[in-house]
Order: sequence, then C-alpha cells, then structure tokens
Amino acid sequence: MSVSRPLPHDAARLHVTGQARYVDDIPSPAGTLHLAFGLSEITHGRITHLDLDPVRQAPGVKCVLVADDLPAANDVSPSAHDEPLLSTGSVHYVGQPIFLVVAASHQQARRAARMAVIDYAEEPAILTIDEALAADSRFENGPVEWATGDADQAIRDADHQLSRSLTMGGQEHFYLEGQAALAWPQEGGDMLVNTSTQHPTEIQHKVAEALGVPMHAVRVETRRMGGGFGGKESQGNALAVACAVAARATGRPCKMRYDRDDDMVITGKRHDFRIDYTVGYDEDGRIRGVFFEQFARCGWAMDLSLPVADRAMLHSDNAYHIENMRITSHRLKTNTQSATAYRGFGGPQGMLGIERVLDDVAFALGRDPLDVRRRNFYPSASAGSVPATTHYGMPVEDFVLDDICDRLAASSDYAARRQAVRDWNAANPILKKGIALTPVKFGISFTLTHLNQAGALVHVYQDGSIHLNHGGTEMGQGLFQKVAQVAAARFGVDLSMIKITATDTAKVPNTSATAASSGSDLNGMAVRIACDTIRDRLASFLAERHQAEAADVIFRDGQVHVGAESYPFATVINEAYMARISLSATGYYKTPKITWDRIRGRGRPFFYFAYGASVSEVVIDTLTGENRILRTDILHDAGASLNPALDIGQVEGAYVQGAGWLTMEELVWDDAGRLRTHAPSTYKIPACSDRPDDFRVTLYEMENREDTIYRSKAVGEPPFMHGISVLMALSDAVAACGSGGLYPDLDAPATPEQLLTAIERQRAAS
Amino acid sequence: MSMIHVSTTVNGDEVDFVCDPRETLLDVLRDRLALTGAKEGCGTGDCGACSVMVDDRLVCSCLMLGAEAEGKSIATVEGLAKGEDLHPLQEKFIEHAALQCGICTPGILVATKALLDKNPDPTETEVRYWLAGNLCRCTGYDKIIRAVMDTAADLRKAS
Repeated sequence: MSVSRPLPHDAARLHVTGQARYVDDIPSPAGTLHLAFGLSEITHGRITHLDLDPVRQAPGVKCVLVADDLPAANDVSPSAHDEPLLSTGSVHYVGQPIFLVVAASHQQARRAARMAVIDYAEEPAILTIDEALAADSRFENGPVEWATGDADQAIRDADHQLSRSLTMGGQEHFYLEGQAALAWPQEGGDMLVNTSTQHPTEIQHKVAEALGVPMHAVRVETRRMGGGFGGKESQGNALAVACAVAARATGRPCKMRYDRDDDMVITGKRHDFRIDYTVGYDEDGRIRGVFFEQFARCGWAMDLSLPVADRAMLHSDNAYHIENMRITSHRLKTNTQSATAYRGFGGPQGMLGIERVLDDVAFALGRDPLDVRRRNFYPSASAGSVPATTHYGMPVEDFVLDDICDRLAASSDYAARRQAVRDWNAANPILKKGIALTPVKFGISFTLTHLNQAGALVHVYQDGSIHLNHGGTEMGQGLFQKVAQVAAARFGVDLSMIKITATDTAKVPNTSATAASSGSDLNGMAVRIACDTIRDRLASFLAERHQAEAADVIFRDGQVHVGAESYPFATVINEAYMARISLSATGYYKTPKITWDRIRGRGRPFFYFAYGASVSEVVIDTLTGENRILRTDILHDAGASLNPALDIGQVEGAYVQGAGWLTMEELVWDDAGRLRTHAPSTYKIPACSDRPDDFRVTLYEMENREDTIYRSKAVGEPPFMHGISVLMALSDAVAACGSGGLYPDLDAPATPEQLLTAIERQRAAS
Repeated sequence: MSMIHVSTTVNGDEVDFVCDPRETLLDVLRDRLALTGAKEGCGTGDCGACSVMVDDRLVCSCLMLGAEAEGKSIATVEGLAKGEDLHPLQEKFIEHAALQCGICTPGILVATKALLDKNPDPTETEVRYWLAGNLCRCTGYDKIIRAVMDTAADLRKAS
C-alpha cells in the first residue's frame, strides 16, 4: 500500500533538474510590470511632506500609488484591520510601506523606490519590552492571566524558592524563496493571483477587499513555496494585494518579489520574549508551583500575536504535571516589524520557559536534570488510569514520554556519556563539554477552533487517472505526497495514477492556512472522505452487477476485486462512466473533540499531543565561546508515519532550525529602531558545517490513539523544540567552567559572545 | 543605457544575448535565457542558491555581470541531466530525500558537482565545509551530506 512508504517528495525530480516552478519562475505574460514599495525610514511619526516626483521621473516607472489611490480597502492585516497596505500618513516602524512603484522591470522599480523625498515629524518610539511596559503600550486592554490551583501559596509552601528571568530572541524565517506574487487581470474585472503563500484563502479575501469585489471574482493559485515556516501565513498579503491593485490600475499583469533585504526589513518574525519565573520546589526535585510572567514583543500591528501568545501560555507546562501554575501574558505593542507566525507559534517560547525552570531547579539541587524532569512528568497513559489534566483543564490521555525517554536514554547511552563528559571536563581546561536530554509535548490543532476544517476535490477521469486537490499548500514539507499516498491507498492504485495539483481557491473554498502542523491531518482526512465517496459509488455499482455486497468490493494493486472476479481499475472506471456514475466528489473534514475558551483559558484546545525527546552533546571553546554540536540523538513520535522519509526530514530540519534560533540567529535593532541584521551577511542561519557531527534520528512508531489519518501524527512543528536540548547542553558546558555554585543563566540566542561572557562569570565566581 | 551584445556557451550550446551592462548573470539566465533553475536567495553571494559554473569555477551568478560571460562557458543545473537520464548526484538526492522545498537544491547540486569533479574522494568534513556557502533552511543538511558521500562512493566505483 502507498501509505507508510518512505517515498521521495512528489516534486523531487523537478527540484533536482531545476524545472520546479516557484512564483518568480512562472514565465511572465507579455507586458508584465514590476513593483517595489517605498519604505519608511523612521521608527514612528507622521509624514509631513511626500515628494514622489523624482520617483515618477525615474527610468521605467509607469506609475506610483499612495493610499489615496487605492480603489477600496487599504488593509493587509489577517486579524484586526490595523495594517494598511500603504501608510495613511503615520508610520510605525522602519520599513513600513508608504508608496508603491510600478515599473517596467524589477530593478527599475527598486531603484525608483529609493528616490522619494520624505519629511517626517518624528514621535517617540517604543522599541523594547521595558519601554512598552512603561508606556502601557499593548494589545488587548491588559495582560491575559490563566491559573490553576494556587501557585502563590504552593510556591511559599515548597522547600525552596527561586526566581529568575530569561530573554529569548526572535527569529527570521529565512525561507530561501523570498515573498513573491503575480496578479493577472482577467475579463470582467476578475483577478487571478499566483502567490507564494501558506494561506490562499486569506489572499483571496484580502485581494477581494482591496479591489472592492466579491471573493468569487478573485482566484488564488499556489503550486509550491520555497519554504514557509509560518512566514507566509500572513506576510504575503501585502505583495498579493499590491499586485492586484496595480494590475487593476494599469490593466497589465503585475509581479512583485521582495529583495532579501526588503523581505527581512518589511516582514514580521518570531516573537521575542522575556519570561520571568518564580518556582517553588521540594528537596526531591518535585515542582510545587510556578508563576510565569511572559512578555511578548508583538511589533506595531496585531497580526497573529494573540494566538501566538496564547500558545506560549498553553505550552508553559511542556511535559510536566504542575498542579499550581499561574501565567500572566503581556502582548506588547512596539515600533518594530509586526511579529508573526513562526514554526511552533509561541509554543517554543512557552516551552523554553518551563525547560529553563527545570534546568535551574536541577542545578540548584545538584541533581541530574533528566531525573528532575522525569520526576515531574505527567503520569503515563495506561488503561483504566485517570489522566492528569493540564493547567488549562485538558486531560493528558496519551502521555508516552516515559517510554520515549527510557528508549532514548538507552539508545544514546545517556548515563555513560554524561559521566564521560564529566571526566572530559575534569581533564580539559580549555574545551568543555555539555550534554542534555529534553522532552517535547506539543498540542496539535489550531487553537482558533473554527480553523480546524478542510476540504478536498477529487476527480477520476475516464481512463482511470485521478486529479487530486485539497486546501493544503506545499512548502517543502511533503504534504502533497503524503496526501497523494492516502488517495492512492483508498483507490488501491499506483501513485503514478494520481495527479497532484496546485492549491486553488476555485477548487476548494474557505480553506485554513497550512499551519499549526495540521496539513496532513486535515487534508489527508478530507481527501480520504472524497475518495471514499467515489469508491463507495463504484462498489455499489459493481455489487449490483455481480449481486455481491458493496462491502466485499476490494480496491487493491490497481485491480478491483468483486467476488471471484477482478478487473483493472481503469476498466471499472470506464464502465462506471458508461453507466452514468458520478466520478467526482468533494470531501470535508472537521477535527472532532475540541472545545476552547481562550478568555478563560479552559477546555480541550488540542485533538492530541505529539511527543519526542532529544539528546545533544556540545563542546565549547572557553577562550572564544565558539561551539559545536558533537552528537544528536532524537526519538520522535509521528504516530504511524504516513511517510517515514519525509517525517525524518521534518525532524532533522526542525531540530537544526530550533538549534539555530537558540544559538546563532541574532536579530539586532539599533537605537533608531533599524534592523541591522537584514541579510545573510549579518544574520547567521545554520550552515552545512553547523550540523551535528553525528546525527541520529529515529521515529517512535506508535499509532495515534486518536482517529487521525491512518493513525499518523502531525510533524511540522513539534520537533522544532528539540533544539532546546542544545541550549541546555551549552548551559551544562558553561557550568563546567565554574565550581558549581553559579547557574549559567544563558539567554537565547547563546551566541559565542554570550557564552564567553557567561564563562567569564563562572570563572569570576569560582 | 546602451545594451551589450554577449556571445557565450551555456550548457554546451552557443548562446548570444543582449543585456543591460548592470544586469547580473543570474538575471540574464533567468529573464533572458529562460533558465530559471538558478535562484536568487539573497542577491549578495551569501546563500549559494544561484550557483553556476563559469569555465571551471564555481560562482554565485548574482555577483557576476552578464556582460562578463563573454567568451565563457556557463554550466547550470539544467545541464546536469542528459535528456531523461539524471546525473548520479540528482538520483542520489532523490533517493536520500535530500531536499524539501527544493529551492536551494539546484545551487547545491552545481556546487557539489564542482567539488566531486575536483576531489572524487572527499571526507565528510570537506563536504560540510565546501557546502557551507550553500544555505538550506529545510533539511538540516544531514541527508544532503549522505547523498553526496554516497554519490562520490558510487562514482569512484564506476571509474
């Protein structure tokens, strides 16, 4: 059967031959115009004078649009309608689009966009968390607070108390394909948009609003993205809307792609956080109560910050059953890029908070952090036992981390290597090693309940070939192949019979973003339902002809078996067509069981949890702060994997991206609010040379206890948080530079510079 | 600005084009010659997505002007396969699932071929550092290394 086989990515052959078409590779129609935004040069203020004549007179420029030129809505926000496509007179961050240049070529548009003469009346800017708190600059009226038990009392009653603060940086998505869109005006005012987006329906919605037309007049098509990671959930709106309004204004196809620097300066990134914590814990390492105060820097517009900050709160327990917990979450408005979705969607930030607490407690008690972690785990799922509930009231019915940690500790030889690290550190004054094992429990479903729905459209043609379409988008994760494997399995045909087609709002409407790791869970099910509808029609047709039961008609190996007879699938299809059986169906799926009250912070926001654990061993050079990951072992729960090759690829890539977030990817804004790390020359993502020397990834093959597509589990985001073990291992190595009395207290990213400072603190204290 | 006429060879074929003297080789390949395999990842020579061979040298085509291609021999990812027959590197990248979104893949293949042409028996460390100029945001690089090492071993056996 096609499901569970380690098949390559559906477009692999196109990728290796350079034939795979991304938006910018689509041959431009004759007369295509190219766009660029003119950007705010200041952090906050009002535009007092805007002279665009030099822009209009620049070579190749056809026209320049400002807010007043727009035909209808001037908004590209995915949430609060607070994000104008073009400034209406005020500017809120360096890089905010003010005007739109339409020119004959990409370079002409970019050159002209720099020629405007703009005067501003500057206003005070809010850049940091502290400045935002001082000015009470925030989204929602005040902080959000959730509590379970009585954290303050439990902390007081515990044997020990500890308070500290952790800051963690944001993260640039650095999808290798920058944002891009192409709008083609059609007859009757309709618009066709090709765009690199995780959310075609939202692009359709925003373009329709911007043109003042119903959504039926806009069609959005996305074949593939060159990486997304959350950065193409809402951040592509501006380009698609710009192309559509320019196409409307000029009557010509319009294309826009951000140059890398513009992309990094304009678009939102992962939210940086500060988390203050107070924990009460007993001598045996058991945590009695925790209070978290989370501060999220959301940037200038709301975007998706509220659900991101919610998810940070939701993951503040990670794998630990803490009966008394209070979390206060501040969603702060600052004059920076509007922070947005990024793989994990706040989950990594919340999880890092509690992992830091566990590490801190273990250090204070002088115990192995793994022992302290395991002591606080949720109880394992077992028949007949009553599951413990999370701080938001959801029973943890599927907890498997005891087993995962047992297996991983054994396969990675954790205990012996921990001793070997100690021995090494005792013998070596310059190079110090560290090792850490950290667990992940990640909730699967959109926390906005209504988004947990999906549709599919399946046609079978007269020759037996199958056209497959669904609302999910392909950004490299292999979603299209996994879903095609489902379709092939339902019809019992070879994958070559399935044509995977571009995501298209004209085929499947009202889709959710391909996000929250939900792509294969939702779309796999919707496709299964559509395929089964057609299959059931075929089975009834054959059963009637053969006086058999429809349930006994079997689709397998390209054949359809009924009683003792078997026919090629294509023959059955042709006969069904002649007998006037409909060979096209839609499928619709909505996730069961979930209910969520985000104001109270109570309910079951997740259908299930995905689990995993990782061990990282690192070495640091105490003279320079340079460091390497020596070995990584990961055991990750993808349920009954739909495709182990693709799933392992997700785990490896996510781990390296997570390690990048916590060790080397540093975003730096200067005092004037300008992002100074706006290209790969200054913003370092992991390179080939940064990958662990020894990298061992295994899937924990166990069926999902919930009824998901072939009992698989979502895999996009959960393994990102395996990167936390790298930060904890670095902390372990830094601690080895001292005498054991001073917690390393590393912030993230733990760059060599930061490590060197931490090492000096250790040496000074010992 | 007056356009420049350039005669060059691309993937073995003689090619003539005219371009603006400010156009990069990458722009020429993509916009004038319809060879969109090389991608613009950063435009500053830091990501390697636009890697091509110019004579026997691996270059970022975003850092070279199209006009500089005069008299040179250019090789891009489109020239790796011979008709329907994939180059062994391409086959191994598929076999090892050494790609996800695929947009860095053409540059990595061109860069890797350049390495193996020079050094048919590289160590893993040599591969890792050779490819340090080709960024991939999806895979975490492990499968890429495995695909390269496996191809190199196969090519040595075949020669």
